[in-house]
Order: sequence, then C-alpha cells, then structure tokens
Amino acid sequence: MTDAPLTGPMGKPVVDAEEARRARKRKIEATARYLLPVAVMILMIWLWDRIVVWNEIPHFILPGPDRVWGSLTGDWPILWDAALLTGRITLMALVIAVVGGAGLAILFNQSKMVELSLYPYAVILQVTPVVAIAPLIFIYVESKTVGMLLCAWIVAFFPVLSSTTLGLNSVDHNLRDLFRIYGASRWQKLWMLQLPSALPYFLGGLKIAGGLSLIGAVVAELVAGTGGVGTGLAFRIQEAGYRLNIARMFAALAIVAAMGVFIFAALSLLSHMLLRKWHESALKREG
Amino acid sequence: MRKVAPFDDRAEVLRVNAVDKVFPGDVQALKDMSLSVRAGDFISLLGPSGCGKSTALRLIAGLSEPTSGRIEWDEPRKDGDLGVVFQEPTLMPWATVSQNVYLPFRLEGKSYTSVRDDILDALKLVGLDKFQNSYPRELSGGMKMRVSIARAMVTQPKLILMDEPFAALDEITRFKLNNDLLEMQARIGCTVIFVTHSVFESVFLSDRIVVMAARPGRVIEEVRVDAPYPRDEEFRTSAEYAAHCRAASKALEHAMEAA
Repeated sequence: MTDAPLTGPMGKPVVDAEEARRARKRKIEATARYLLPVAVMILMIWLWDRIVVWNEIPHFILPGPDRVWGSLTGDWPILWDAALLTGRITLMALVIAVVGGAGLAILFNQSKMVELSLYPYAVILQVTPVVAIAPLIFIYVESKTVGMLLCAWIVAFFPVLSSTTLGLNSVDHNLRDLFRIYGASRWQKLWMLQLPSALPYFLGGLKIAGGLSLIGAVVAELVAGTGGVGTGLAFRIQEAGYRLNIARMFAALAIVAAMGVFIFAALSLLSHMLLRKWHESALKREG
Repeated sequence: MRKVAPFDDRAEVLRVNAVDKVFPGDVQALKDMSLSVRAGDFISLLGPSGCGKSTALRLIAGLSEPTSGRIEWDEPRKDGDLGVVFQEPTLMPWATVSQNVYLPFRLEGKSYTSVRDDILDALKLVGLDKFQNSYPRELSGGMKMRVSIARAMVTQPKLILMDEPFAALDEITRFKLNNDLLEMQARIGCTVIFVTHSVFESVFLSDRIVVMAARPGRVIEEVRVDAPYPRDEEFRTSAEYAAHCRAASKALEHAMEAA
C-alpha cells in the first residue's frame, strides 16, 4: 500500500480512525476486484508451465503455455480468419434468435390460439440436443451457412422467447387497468406498456442467448465440416487435433472463450445502458 | 373550468342502480347498492375492509361488470371523462414524470406539444413542475402519489375515482395531500368518489359520506357533511369537524354491528 493520504467519499479528507479504516477497506476492495482474478490466472499459468516442465510431458500431449502463446501469435492469420467466420455466424444467429424469439413471444402474447398450437414445438426444439439435430439439418439444407445459422438459432432463440413471454405477462395490474380505463387499443397496450415492461426480462434472455449462439455456431461447425464456407474456429480445433497440434487447439480454444466473454460483456453493457435510468437491477445500492 | 354548483342543485352524472356483484365461489361482494352521483359531489365510500368499496369503484370505472343492476351515465362516457388514482402510484417506471402525466393524452392520440401546457399546469398544481424530467424512482412516496393525481386530473375529467390513495403515506404527507386535493377539486370542478377507511379523512374531504358494511358489502347509510368549502387546517381543528367525525364514527359503528 502507498502512503498517499486516504480520502473518503467526494474527496473529503478523512478525519477519524473509523473513517480511515472504512476508506482503506473500500480501496482494498476496489483493487482486489481486478487484481485477484489476474493473480489467479498468473498462478494457474505458472502451475501449468511447472507441471509440464517437472513431469517432462511431451508437447503433443500437453504443450506448455509458451508453446500455446507461440501458436497464438505464429498462427494468428489462420486463427483470425477462423475467428471472423465463427464470429459472423454467431452474430447472425444471435440476430435471428432475437428477432425470432421476441417476435414469437409477441405473437404468442397476442394470440392464445397461436401460442397453444406452437408452444409445445418450441419446447421440443429446445430440449432436443442440437448435436443430435445438426447432422439431419445438413442433409436437407444445401447451403452450409444456412445450416449453421439454423443450428445456432435453434439453441439461442428459446431463452429469448421464454423470458420475453414472461416479461410481456408481468405487466403491473393497476397499469393494465389504467390503460383499459383510458381506452387504449391493443397496439397501444403492447407498444407503450407491455414491451417496456418486458425489456428487462428480454435483456436477461438476450445475455443467455449470446453465449448459446456461440455454442450453436461451434457445434454446427463441428458437424458441418469445411466444404464451401471456409473454416471456423471449431473446425480448426478439430483439424489441429488430427495433426496432434495441441498447442493450436489451446490457442483456438482461448479465442473461442475470449469471444464468449466479449459477447457477454457487450450485451451486459447494452443492458446497463438501456436500464440504468429506471430499473432496479441497474441501480447502485448503499452497503 | 367548471364550477362546483351549490349542494342542492347539482345535476346527476351517474347512477348506480341496484347493483349486485357476486364473485366466483358465491362470494357476494356487493348487495343491492344504489347511489346517485351528482356533478361536483365529493363522495367518500367509508367502511371496513371487505365491504365492497373497492369493488364498487371498479364497477364504476368499467373494469368489471355488475352481476345484476346497472351503472348508468347521464351521457355516454368519452375518453378523458374519467380519472383514476389507485392505492399505489402506478407510474410507468421507464417514463419521466411528464411522460407519465402525458399518458392519458398520448392514448387519445394527441401530440406532446399540443398538450404541453396542460401537463405543466397539472404538475404545477401538485407542486412538481421542477421534477418534470425525473424518473419515478427518484421521487418519494408522496411525490409519486402527486404525479399519479396530476395524471388523473390532466384531462380535466368529470369524475375522478380514488381508491385509498393515501393509505400508505405518513400522516404529515397525507394531511398535506388532503388539502391539495380539495384545492384541486375546486380548481377543475370535478366530481370525486374517494374510497377510504379513515373517518377523519372522509369527513375532512367530502360533503357526502356513504357508509358501508361488510359481508355482504352494502350501503348502510349516508352522512352529510355540510361544512362549507374551502376547508383548511382551521377546519381540521374545529369543533364542527369533531362533531362530524363523531357522527361518521357512530354510523361506522352501526355498520360494524350490522355486519
């Protein structure tokens, strides 16, 4: 710790010991938030390196972190191209999952008949593992891109659908009555009341869908193989595995994980921007 | 602006005619309720919980249908003829104060610019014109309720229904809002039906107190409070007020015994 004078909230100098203690605690917590995860990562990488060196594990079984880093930088052009492809499929799938999921939720909400007819099939589509459906999809769908999008969509749309449906039905009863008293049309009720009420729920579903569409894209790639669309990260992992290029497998895996984290962070930011003015979840609380 | 007519020559705006309301499971919420509401009346529905006062309000608002009997308006109700204040402020949390007050006009399809002055007037009347751009969560409970009242009166409705609007507020805030409410009613000359279980509140506010009993919900008697408006803090501490409170309490006691 440095000896810089501690300051309390709003930059006021600290007066007594109790306040100083509290200020110090705040400062430590703020630093620990970033420092601890980084420290854990460094420790793990160091341990990994030591295990490889001490046990003299050959690099085609477990490469050390230096080799993985070497692959990450050396194979960067290949991996970057692959990441672009996987990223593109993921984002496109996410967009249609959002449109499809939210659209279906609104449709279900507006028409009980449509909901009764289609909801069971949405559930069936959700509970059937995508790995099991994917080979079938690629038999019937000629375009690999379309097939991959379809796979990713199947996994990603359901959380959007179910959370948006919940949101559309969670409108404050008194507000609903108020809209009725003022003679609001069904469209006005949807647009001014139900959609804003559903927004926090929708955003929660969106965060889950972001991760799932990446999973869907990876699975689809593994099943689809390479023909026609170039090669994504998942295919690179598989291919490197066949060649016992384990370092590249790890490098590609790291990129997939980074993409997942990026998507999550971006969607969390979006959610925060949209809700920070009014929703409980975005409010800072004392203590 | 309408003017409130003297008590004895007010025109009828609405009649509740022998209304029964039975909920599923044979729960009789209201039995044979009749009530003539006249322009400018400030009516309190006073009674213990379960006496059907909120049910009566929902029926008048058109939110539910009587099982038998009728609710008759003297002329067909138009949008904006009716304002409602619920027990909770019932504001849209995602909209600013002025957007919340704009809601009744927005649902009528009016543009914001065409009604901006009305919105500002309503907010001024409840003393919140400085908070136009705040979000509901930034306001205290009493302030939220004021926004809710501003929204109910912004269209200058003929009739405002209030369902225990101040029940959840502290006494200081409640007294203040009682005063403001009377001032407001005098300003826009509307009719108010006010549900409460507080004898003191009903006497202070209304010129007619409809005392109700529970199980089944029904009207027991009507108490007239003939103290002149405007009523202020002086009235709240007067002997006249105390006498009216005694009368209303006695009527309420009857209602409890009858139950």
